[in-house]
Amino acid sequence: MAEPSSRRLGVAIGATLMRDLKRVRRRRGEVLNPLVFYALAVSLFPIGISPEAELLAVMAPGLLWVTALLATLLSLDGLFRSDFDDGSLEQMMLSPQPLAALSIAKVAAHWLFTGLPLALMAPLLGIMLALPIHSIGVLMASLALGSASLSLIGGIGAALTVGLPRGGVLLSLLVLPLYIPVLIFGTGAVQAAILGDAVLPHLAMLGALLAAALILAPWAIAASLRISING
Amino acid sequence: MALSVEFKPVFDCVGWRVLLSLQGRQLGCERDGRWLFEGLDIDVNSGDIWHVTGPNGSGKTTLLKVLAGQFNEFDGVLHWQGKPLGKGREHFASNMLYLGHLPGVSAGLTPLENMAWYQALYDERSDETQREDALAVMGLEGFEDVPVGHLSAGQQRRVALARLCLTPRALWILDEPFTAIDQAGVEALEAQLIVHVRAGGAVVMTTHHVLDIDHPLHHVSLG
Repeated sequence: MAEPSSRRLGVAIGATLMRDLKRVRRRRGEVLNPLVFYALAVSLFPIGISPEAELLAVMAPGLLWVTALLATLLSLDGLFRSDFDDGSLEQMMLSPQPLAALSIAKVAAHWLFTGLPLALMAPLLGIMLALPIHSIGVLMASLALGSASLSLIGGIGAALTVGLPRGGVLLSLLVLPLYIPVLIFGTGAVQAAILGDAVLPHLAMLGALLAAALILAPWAIAASLRISING
Repeated sequence: MALSVEFKPVFDCVGWRVLLSLQGRQLGCERDGRWLFEGLDIDVNSGDIWHVTGPNGSGKTTLLKVLAGQFNEFDGVLHWQGKPLGKGREHFASNMLYLGHLPGVSAGLTPLENMAWYQALYDERSDETQREDALAVMGLEGFEDVPVGHLSAGQQRRVALARLCLTPRALWILDEPFTAIDQAGVEALEAQLIVHVRAGGAVVMTTHHVLDIDHPLHHVSLG
């Protein structure tokens, strides 16, 4: 009989991550959707509100963060959907590897093709909203840190609703309240950077939120997936 | 391209060092206020083929999910190798292969990539020739690099079934494995089942197909 072992857990996590990245590379539309949404939504604000640079600069941190949050939300539904539909999730659950660890790999892939590109795209949109140049670095850092928490927390909602045919609205209702702390400290960091205040406390809070999400979310995701699959 | 299926065992699993045993005692499962089965005893040992029969909706799939350790809301106890299943979960998981209604292969990946993921997931050495051999046994030669989403339903099923040849697992739990498979595929799979149990493995399966197997069958009928 094959010897049971968790020694090669890293291999399983790496393979799951690569598998998701490979799939995404073949279906670029899925990656582009949230990014296009982000660019379009942000570019509507100067038209809708006012092209005046001073006014926009005040609102820019909030606008950029809220829109990034909504773009993430838009992408969450697909996180576990195809694996649920084709039975891969069932097989992941039955494998000798812990489901929590495998779901981390899936969330990491989600962040790599949603959160990270959003953070990389933000400077361009920041300039469009007349965000002061010296705060752009903080904007990127806060989005990169914060969006990882968004992916992790969103993963719980996605796992809970994956068994429902149209779980999109419920997913938003479940996840949005949990997104608020991330939003507060994310915009706080950018605002502090604009005003020349200390940025580090805000980023530290974002880091703390990410650490907490990293510890708690995988278990919650695994438990939610079990409920969804056996539901 | 014509599909020809020729059976050859790709792994030598003669004589598991430990004889396998999966025992279910007084198994019962209630769904939506209705008992699907109650007080069911089952002893799966090396060399057994268990055929779970019953009309649609009688709980065959649920029983298989319970035996596979996937579905936990049931009455009764399961023992794997004489110990309660909860304790030897990991050992059980690395010796059991469950194929459900859903093929468990990703449409966006090629058969080879799917197989590679399963090898990593199940803690096995990544071996390209082994993957190609397993797919060849299932008649998927020439389709190794075609995304699974472009294959027919029967071929997708074959990709899933290729996992039977990919890795030696003592216990197979198969839910309707013959669905969407052509006659040649059915015969190859039946032959494979026999080789597996003669080598000391065990199979628990449901199927509405009449099994043409030269091996004593154990039956559980539900409903």
